[in-house]
Amino acid sequence: MAVIKESKGDRVFNAINITVVTLFFLIVLYPLYFVVICSFSNPNAVAAGEVWFWPKQITLDAYKTVFKNDDILMGYRNTIFYTVVGTIVNLFFTLTAAYALSKKNFMGRNVIMFLIVFTMYFSGGMIPTYLTVRDLGLLNTWWAMILPAGISTYNLIIARTFFQNGVPAEVEEAARIDGCSTIQTFAKIVLPLSKALLGVLTLYYAVAHWNSYFSALIYLASAREKIPLALVLREILILNTMNSAGGASIDEELAVYYANLANLLKYALIIVSSAPLLIVYPFLQKYFDKGVMLGSVKG
Amino acid sequence: MGKTAVAKKKKPLSVPRKKSVWKRLIQDYQLYLLVLPAVIWYIIFCYVPMYGLQIAFKDYSGALGIQASPWVGLKHFQSFFRSAYAWTVIKNTVVLALYSMLASFPIPIILSLMLNELKSQRYKKIVQTTVYAPHFISVVVLVGMLNLFFGPNGMINNLRELLGYEAVNYITSSTAFRHLYVWSGVWQGAGWGCIIYLAALSSVDPGLHEAAMIDGASRLQRIWHINVPAILPTATILFIMNAGSLLSVGFEKTYLMKNDLNANNAYVIALYIYDRGLIKTDFSFSAAVGLMNNVINFGLVMLVNWISKKMSDTSLF
Repeated sequence: MAVIKESKGDRVFNAINITVVTLFFLIVLYPLYFVVICSFSNPNAVAAGEVWFWPKQITLDAYKTVFKNDDILMGYRNTIFYTVVGTIVNLFFTLTAAYALSKKNFMGRNVIMFLIVFTMYFSGGMIPTYLTVRDLGLLNTWWAMILPAGISTYNLIIARTFFQNGVPAEVEEAARIDGCSTIQTFAKIVLPLSKALLGVLTLYYAVAHWNSYFSALIYLASAREKIPLALVLREILILNTMNSAGGASIDEELAVYYANLANLLKYALIIVSSAPLLIVYPFLQKYFDKGVMLGSVKG
Repeated sequence: MGKTAVAKKKKPLSVPRKKSVWKRLIQDYQLYLLVLPAVIWYIIFCYVPMYGLQIAFKDYSGALGIQASPWVGLKHFQSFFRSAYAWTVIKNTVVLALYSMLASFPIPIILSLMLNELKSQRYKKIVQTTVYAPHFISVVVLVGMLNLFFGPNGMINNLRELLGYEAVNYITSSTAFRHLYVWSGVWQGAGWGCIIYLAALSSVDPGLHEAAMIDGASRLQRIWHINVPAILPTATILFIMNAGSLLSVGFEKTYLMKNDLNANNAYVIALYIYDRGLIKTDFSFSAAVGLMNNVINFGLVMLVNWISKKMSDTSLF
């Protein structure tokens, strides 16, 4: 590239650009950082507004309280179950259909594709969907969290576009000539060549399951033992149902500490509930651009 | 392999057409087997509820079922528009959706143009990794953070007190509600929204920039005349898709943010449907409100899509 000496205008532009980007960077970063430092600080220091840039009087009390709470542990277990099983179900439904619909010799694929894409723009809505789930007898069952969320049309389109462009047709043809059936070609040849797609889809579906609370709110109304972490979080973070962790204490100083701790454990809870995703995602980041671009191709 | 290639060259179109429909179905039966689970899923979880939408025109009773419940015409639609809540929830939804769109649509565009101009690739990578992160935080955690930061003893009020102002409880303030809703959405989504524009920008031919530099174009001129047109089609598509959401402010976040004190601004159509439908089990009435909502959204997507097709040749369909 021709190197042209930076003009004065360029330098001014760069300075302004870096400043604004950095400002945005800090606005996004600081709230996350603040939650982290609070979760490790003394509850009284946080309540008094003394924690700003680094933790004060580091303690793990908040985390200890979080891991002693039965509801949180139950929610955590349930959410892991829904995320693992739900994502497997999602991948099965999505990949099989996307592969079939990517084949040009599939008669009627345009009709099926139209009916699928149509659901992105028009749906039965909350009430008829609820009635359907109810009439299927899924209310208050584990399946209520998995089946209604079985396919995301957006992800299906990503997968179909990938199969159309990402897998060389020659490879599939060679497998055919060697005697593979369609399903064998799909399972043994195409899927192993689609790691980037599997990465993106697993991430998207797993995040959706991990964060989902709406299905649980309406479908698990009377099955408390099955509720996911997100609903437990709602109770503690938003409805403030957490009692002071140490029970009633006669010592006034201790009582204040526990009252503040009840508030502080929210910070620890935010970390504990978001950590799995935030830890995994930088490793999958290289797939993002690809995933988003695939989805942006017209359906 | 060579054989099929030759055959295709000779008669590119007629080969598949010669076979009868029946033969093709048998030959490709495995394709249909593969698509079957998804088709069944779409029928049960998308098209059966659409069929169930007829209860909007019926007086649904659980004992009779969807089919046998009596038709009542537009009764539920009329009673919605006569109800005291109708205009409140419609107004709240439209205001919130418009405000959201005005704030969250242009910011990722500006941000990605700026990120694209960063000289240091390493710094760009660090910024990207960080600003994508909030996208993965659940809405419950996001609203929980809002409560912690903007509540009576929160970080913002601690700061106000340091500066000598009185504490304000933003969480129960109906004027603060809209700003909190929209700007927390920008905080969570603006970074993620950049990905698609950054990908479009990375496909810009560097030769265009070199040629423009030789012609003496300034940095801003190059951004305006090369980079902005490069992301315009993507922006148009996203704009069309957003337009359909004018009347569909999501349930999840408003449900968590709403309380008795901010309800006059926070009560949106989705919450009204939930309250009337699932809490008061007024299924037909709330299905009618939902249907009206859906039809308007669908119409808006079509309208904006049509306008965009006329004006810029970029369209969804």
